[in-house]
Amino acid sequence: MAAVQWHPRERRYTSELQSCRPECAPVEPGDYHPLKAITVTDAKSRRRKGEILARFTTTEKLSINLFMGTDKGKAPNPGSSAVSEKVRNRLEELDNQEEGSQRELLNLSQQEYANRIEELNQSLKEAWATDQKVKALKIVIQCSKLLSDTSVIQFYPSKFVLITDILDTFGRLVYDRIWSMYSFTADEVNDTAKETCLNWFFKIASIRELVPRLYVEAAILKCNRFLNKTGIQETLPRLTAMIRGIGDPLVAVYARAYLCRVGMEVAPQLKDSLNQNFFDLLSAFRQLHGDSVQNQLVLQRVEIPEYLTLYSPAIHWILQCVAYRAPDPLLTEMMERCKKLGNNALLLNSVMWAFKAEFVAARATDFIGMIKDCDEAGFPKHLLFGSLGRSLACADPPEAERLTILNEAWKVITKIRSPQDYIHCAEIWVEFTCRHFTKREVNTILADVIKHLTPDRAFEDAYPQLQSVIQKILTYFHDFSVLFSMERFLPFLDMFQKDSVRVEVCKTIMEVFLKHQAEPTRDPVILNALLHVCKAMHDSVNALTLEDEKRASSFLISGFIRMVWFGRDFEQQLSFCVALANQCLSQADAFFKAAVSLLPEVPRSISVEGKSRPSESFLLDFISNFFATLLVVPDHPEHGVLYLVRGVLNMVQDYTWEDNGDAKVKVYIAALPLLAAMSQETYLYSIPKVDSNETLYGGDPKFLMEINKLCETLIGQVLDYLKTLGREEQMVRRQGSLSFSLFGVLLAHGDLRNNRLNQLAVNLWNLNHKHGCSDTRTSVRTLEHMKQQAQQPGMAHMADMVQRLTLQSRT
Amino acid sequence: MSITLDIRLKRANKVYHEGEVLAGVVVLSSKEAVQHQGISLTMEGVVNLQLSSKSVGVFEAFYNSVKPIQLITSNIEVAKAGKIPGGKMEIPFEFPLSTKGNKVLYETYHGVFVNIQYMLRCDMKRSLLAKDLSRTFEFMVHCQPQKAKLVPAPVDFTVTPETLQNVQERSLLPRFLIRGHLNATSCVITEPLTGELTVENSQVAVKSIELQLVRVETCGCAEGYARDATEIQNIQIAEGDVCHGLSIPIYMVFPRLFTCPTLETTNFKVEFEVNVVIVLQDDHLITENFPLKLCRV
Repeated sequence: MAAVQWHPRERRYTSELQSCRPECAPVEPGDYHPLKAITVTDAKSRRRKGEILARFTTTEKLSINLFMGTDKGKAPNPGSSAVSEKVRNRLEELDNQEEGSQRELLNLSQQEYANRIEELNQSLKEAWATDQKVKALKIVIQCSKLLSDTSVIQFYPSKFVLITDILDTFGRLVYDRIWSMYSFTADEVNDTAKETCLNWFFKIASIRELVPRLYVEAAILKCNRFLNKTGIQETLPRLTAMIRGIGDPLVAVYARAYLCRVGMEVAPQLKDSLNQNFFDLLSAFRQLHGDSVQNQLVLQRVEIPEYLTLYSPAIHWILQCVAYRAPDPLLTEMMERCKKLGNNALLLNSVMWAFKAEFVAARATDFIGMIKDCDEAGFPKHLLFGSLGRSLACADPPEAERLTILNEAWKVITKIRSPQDYIHCAEIWVEFTCRHFTKREVNTILADVIKHLTPDRAFEDAYPQLQSVIQKILTYFHDFSVLFSMERFLPFLDMFQKDSVRVEVCKTIMEVFLKHQAEPTRDPVILNALLHVCKAMHDSVNALTLEDEKRASSFLISGFIRMVWFGRDFEQQLSFCVALANQCLSQADAFFKAAVSLLPEVPRSISVEGKSRPSESFLLDFISNFFATLLVVPDHPEHGVLYLVRGVLNMVQDYTWEDNGDAKVKVYIAALPLLAAMSQETYLYSIPKVDSNETLYGGDPKFLMEINKLCETLIGQVLDYLKTLGREEQMVRRQGSLSFSLFGVLLAHGDLRNNRLNQLAVNLWNLNHKHGCSDTRTSVRTLEHMKQQAQQPGMAHMADMVQRLTLQSRT
Repeated sequence: MSITLDIRLKRANKVYHEGEVLAGVVVLSSKEAVQHQGISLTMEGVVNLQLSSKSVGVFEAFYNSVKPIQLITSNIEVAKAGKIPGGKMEIPFEFPLSTKGNKVLYETYHGVFVNIQYMLRCDMKRSLLAKDLSRTFEFMVHCQPQKAKLVPAPVDFTVTPETLQNVQERSLLPRFLIRGHLNATSCVITEPLTGELTVENSQVAVKSIELQLVRVETCGCAEGYARDATEIQNIQIAEGDVCHGLSIPIYMVFPRLFTCPTLETTNFKVEFEVNVVIVLQDDHLITENFPLKLCRV
């Protein structure tokens, strides 16, 4: 039977999907969500929203005026039937809210206000979910009404953000509802959907007040799709024109911003309305300096520069919409129109903000000229330079003009009086400077920043900006020898006086260093500076530091130390380490602590040349070496005596050693020489300028007692262990060799004039020899050594002891 | 034992014209079988006239004589007495919307003193012990499109203190000049009222500019008539101190039900007007009145 061959149908998913949507205006590809940045739904604009909320704040008391609450039964109109009465009541509720129960919430703090608005958002959703569409509409109308109130004007942009959120919710709810009614096959159903849609539009058209009518209709702009193909195209220009009726220029400009935003979302191809919005804005621009505004500002005690900045987010939005994918001639025309207006700094600022960076960069010199021409008392100049700087940070002006631009800009920036304004602006320009100039110019700028921010410790309020400066420098300067040869770089770092910030900056620096430093270095400037950085990082570690943070810091610090390399000049390398020990005792302390705490994490086996081998012997070697090092490490004043030694021993005790191994006891035995060395009056070795315990305690009997107690414990442990080994036949060999080790230690480090110790040594010798597993040659050599020792003054007891030690007979 | 009656029309917008057939279904739904004495459906179109309280005194004799004018009525039996099985049942019906004699079906209109309404009523008669059930349902009638062609004739207006009538103390008025135009005063009811208005200058800032849509209803007969003008809606087109010299759009959608093509009969009249109302900051109120003629095309 022949197999049936399968031929798949060719699918065009995009167009198939498209065809089952109601009506969709043709849009050039990639054009659909062009200004995602300005739609409130995505992350970036959420951030922008947050910025606005954080920036436009007030401590004034706010009030919400709502005409809602219980619906009072109204006297029925004469001659109306039951049905029409209902409709009429609805309309009248919408129309004459003044007659409803009015509720004014006075004296709200900003946060309370925001919470209240959020509550309204929730009740809108609730009303919708419980099918109370009229109530939902009422909430939305009341909310948008708040947008015609400019009583606490500094808060207006934030209010706008909060309320348009509700409008967006509403628009979505209405659209989704109609969309859910929509059918692709049954026209009858679609008639119902259309009817519902029309109902909404009729209801909204009868809203009495201009501002709510405008906003609510804009919110459901998308629903026009259900009615006809040209709906949106006709509505946008109409709503644009409608805004001309709004007398307050701030209210009007935000209404335009909202309309542009909604327009971009729903019909990005309709550019004319966007442009018209901008041109209308220009036509009414003189309103900003009109009497009504002036009176209002006097009343609210708001200065003109502050007032003008309230416009920026909205004009940014509008211009961003206008400028999106706009051809240069249009942009040029827009710019020219702005130029023609007086008092145009505000517009100029938004132009620089919203237009393509390349466009602005190419005309940077022009812009500087225009900024200089602006009125001093108007829009803050540092914001203008800030916006210009932002463009120049991502697009390059003609090469020949760069230095002039920097000079001109900095001339103004350095004159900014408020440290906050200054650093906001300077921070932006650092990028341009780093991008095009050398360390000399950057250094100059750093010096200027230090000069501005040092008085009154102004830097304390500017950490984010200062951090950003460092970040920008590090983006462009990877060569640390250049970086640290900037005279003002380290002084700049000194401004980070808040611990958490300083550590973050240090981390950033070290990260960049480790990422870009390809070869080890011996440059003393780098070493010195980075040591400084590492020290800061290390010193930040405290009891509350999280493990992860500690790990990150130690990774960076050890990364640095690995990058230090003096080539064949071992002496230098050593002296670096010595310097390290010398100057960085506390670092060393931390390393040692880290080393100790890492012990339990040492794996039982490690891979050596591809073969897995038990790690025990390496670990033992390490611990012995470590003990040797610990001799010079003075006790930490905050911790107890022999803190580190005890630490190691505790770790050793808890470590899961190989079964059937004696490693733990070997460590105990190995600790004894250290302890013995520690009880000396003068230590075997020490590091110049580092005071070891010898100096610290000066042979204090208490200290010696501590050491002796510890030794006692250790010996006790070893002996207990030896006893357990003695119980089993096959372990006697191990018992023997361990006892000999201990014997060796006692011999070398113990004072055998002490009878008990002497007896112990003899017992150990005997234990070793009892089972006939001792190494005769070693025994003989040991005895010879002892005899030699006995020749020394004060070692006569050795001779006696030798007499008591018998060699195992070989018979 | 609950039963619900419902009426559904074929057209979602419930709009019909004279000469068309009003078609739909009566929906009966109940959990169990229901006994009844017959179900009937009545279609009725009525003009209700009422006199305003201020007119009542003058026209008392006449007041009593204002009774509803019936435009159309028709009754059919949907089901004979019997038993309806449980579940949902749809009984289709049709009414031809044709009038007897020279009567005309006026367009649906909900006013204050004049109401033109078309209703469907479904009645279910039941035994003595159970209550009769009834359900009413309003449907809309739109009058036939007018044949006459509408040529839009723009109306220009200029408002200054000098153009105003009905002023008490002209010298106290602030100076202002407001210019504008309506694109037409003969309007298609389905199209918005449009135009433009510019505050060229004003000594006192503008507080608000509104469009007030007014209905003028006249009820009367040979003995006399009562004429009342009441507000239908008020639409604000400008708020606050608007920019001088910049034109502001005049735009108003005629609300459904509350407006109808201008109507003039022997017994009553329904006419519409629009007032452009300018409120100044010092609460001076300036009104410019425009009679409208609404029609349906």
